[in-house]
Amino acid sequence: MSKLLTWIDDRFPLTKMWEEQWGKYVAPKNFNFWYYFGSLAAFVLVIQIVSGIFLTMNYKPDATKAFESVEYIMRDVPWGWLIRYIHSTGASAFFIVVYLHMFRGLLYGSYRKPRELIWIFGVMIYLALMGEAFMGYLLPWGQMSYWGAQVIINLFSAIPFIGPDLAVWIRGDYVISDVTLNRFFAFHVIALPLVLIGLVAAHLMALHEVGSNNPDGVDVKHQPKDPRTGLPLDGIYSHPYYSIKDIVGVVFFLFLFSIVVFFLPEMGGYFLEANNFVPADSLKTPAHIAPVWYFTPYYSILRAVPPMFDSQFPGVAAMGVSVMIFFVMPWLDRGAVKSIRYRGWWFKGPLALFVVTFLILGWLGTMPTDALGKVGGMELATLLARIFTVLYFLFFVLMPWYTKRDKTKPEPDRTTG
Amino acid sequence: MITTMRTRILSLLAGLLLPAAVLANEGAEMTVQRPPLDRHDVASLQRGAKLFVNYCMGCHGAQHMRFNRMVDDLRLSDKQITDNLIFRGTVAKDGTYVTDKIGDTMRTAMDRADAKDAFGVVPPDLSVEARVRGTEWLYAYLRGYYRDEKSATGWNNLVFPNVAMPNVLWELSGQNKLTTKEFPTIEQAKGEFVQVHRVGSLETVHPPEGSADHAVKYVLRVVEPDKPGSMSSQDFDTAVIDIVNYLDYIAEPAKEERIKVGIKVLIFLAILFVFAYWTKREYWRDVH
Repeated sequence: MSKLLTWIDDRFPLTKMWEEQWGKYVAPKNFNFWYYFGSLAAFVLVIQIVSGIFLTMNYKPDATKAFESVEYIMRDVPWGWLIRYIHSTGASAFFIVVYLHMFRGLLYGSYRKPRELIWIFGVMIYLALMGEAFMGYLLPWGQMSYWGAQVIINLFSAIPFIGPDLAVWIRGDYVISDVTLNRFFAFHVIALPLVLIGLVAAHLMALHEVGSNNPDGVDVKHQPKDPRTGLPLDGIYSHPYYSIKDIVGVVFFLFLFSIVVFFLPEMGGYFLEANNFVPADSLKTPAHIAPVWYFTPYYSILRAVPPMFDSQFPGVAAMGVSVMIFFVMPWLDRGAVKSIRYRGWWFKGPLALFVVTFLILGWLGTMPTDALGKVGGMELATLLARIFTVLYFLFFVLMPWYTKRDKTKPEPDRTTG
Repeated sequence: MITTMRTRILSLLAGLLLPAAVLANEGAEMTVQRPPLDRHDVASLQRGAKLFVNYCMGCHGAQHMRFNRMVDDLRLSDKQITDNLIFRGTVAKDGTYVTDKIGDTMRTAMDRADAKDAFGVVPPDLSVEARVRGTEWLYAYLRGYYRDEKSATGWNNLVFPNVAMPNVLWELSGQNKLTTKEFPTIEQAKGEFVQVHRVGSLETVHPPEGSADHAVKYVLRVVEPDKPGSMSSQDFDTAVIDIVNYLDYIAEPAKEERIKVGIKVLIFLAILFVFAYWTKREYWRDVH
């Protein structure tokens, strides 16, 4: 075996790559609960790719057969129901894990220098994931698949001058049709997964180049070396320490994941919407079109912005900016320290408010705008969405100001366990 | 005269004192009770299959559901299914056999164009209808028919007003009528309602804006028996439960297996977690 490895290593840097990327990668020893979600995101990506491959074997990207083929998978393909539920639950699980992973970044300032590129790759992964999820959602060809895609693609027609042509170009037709389904299938199973895998590789390589941040924001990589081990004072090898720790996280995650897959696959209509069990019908618009939960915060922002100059574009632009703004986070934060542990209330307050804002916008996005009744002639849900949309943007826009005036404590030289 | 009425329809379904669920339907808010469905009640599912084939499949298919799936799930023999549930030799308009073999799916013989002519809409396929509407809705809907001379079919439905589907179960249920009563308070309306074991709706009617009369009225509508059918009221409710049970089954035939496998998977993962956690603790012993 070792002979074979030597033979390979002489011709290909297998051992070198393994050691650089994981085997001899030195990580801080003080990772806490929030540090599980990175490896879990990678794990869910694998789940989605593997279950996706099996679904592709029986799914038919054809407007007349797509819905039927999904039911065929659910009934006639051995274990097809399991594969389908794993994939549909996996989509939501991916966003849950990624949102928590991003929140970890906010908590401990993981986007700060020198990790800006890791963060940027991460935001790109998030964008690719949104595209992947959006296109995948069309494939079951139910009413929500169809009309959800219709709504989102119509957003592009709000762009001045090129909008309408752009929307036709994306659809490949004047309405969502078989052509759209086929190209979304191509993007969902080939193009975007390739992009995702590439970005994940870049995200990890950048991380392993600069070293991991940690809950204390201590620069472990540049600590003095422990003479006994030759490692930084607070550093340990990823392998086997974090390999085994992440396995514990994976098993725990799988337990929760299985509860949904086996007992609550529809998750009360949040993971699989009831209306999506009706085959797509281009002549019948559902009374209430709601995107899947992971898009609802942005959907709220879209609906909150009123049309201006007879154009829906401001709402579309606000929605676009609300996602893109994450890219500039590393340059908006002027705090003296990275980790929330050593920051003051001028950071903790806005961050807490931002989390609440994001959740409320998400909640509002699941319901029709008239769901909460009216206050003074205005829909309450719309009013709330407007207030929280403003708060959403203020979190970013005011960040240079409030992080700078924040009273911080000095970060320690050593991790605090 | 333009009357702006803010109406909130609260449709209640009494009869069985089971947990209530809230359904939203075309702007109306309804509170209905869950039908006592039991997936393990094979006899109920078998009766449901019989009723479905006899009363529903003339117009509605279940084109994703295979007949022979019922061999294992409903403990029926091939012969029982072919003799009782498959109308062999049923020919569709295009000359093809609709259902002939036990491996076929439960398609309807009704031609789509004919259906459109007859009803104005193509009757939806019912394979996954229980996942679309929910079983509470189906239970209320099938019991919500009443005589209405003004409608095209002569029937109307309290749960699905002006539905195109005629009251196909009327021979069993008999002929029901709709009674409407007004109450000044919601307590009185509800008090009256719990007396009857039928499908009903409660509507809060606000006076038109600008009118001198400010009193809110509570309108109770109840589907009540008028002329008896071949079944007693209770037997008919059981028959509807059987149909809904069957619709719920065909909507996801793998549900039983899913839950069974799920329990084993969770037990396995719980044990695996213990071992993974022990191993982790052992490895991390030297990290301080």
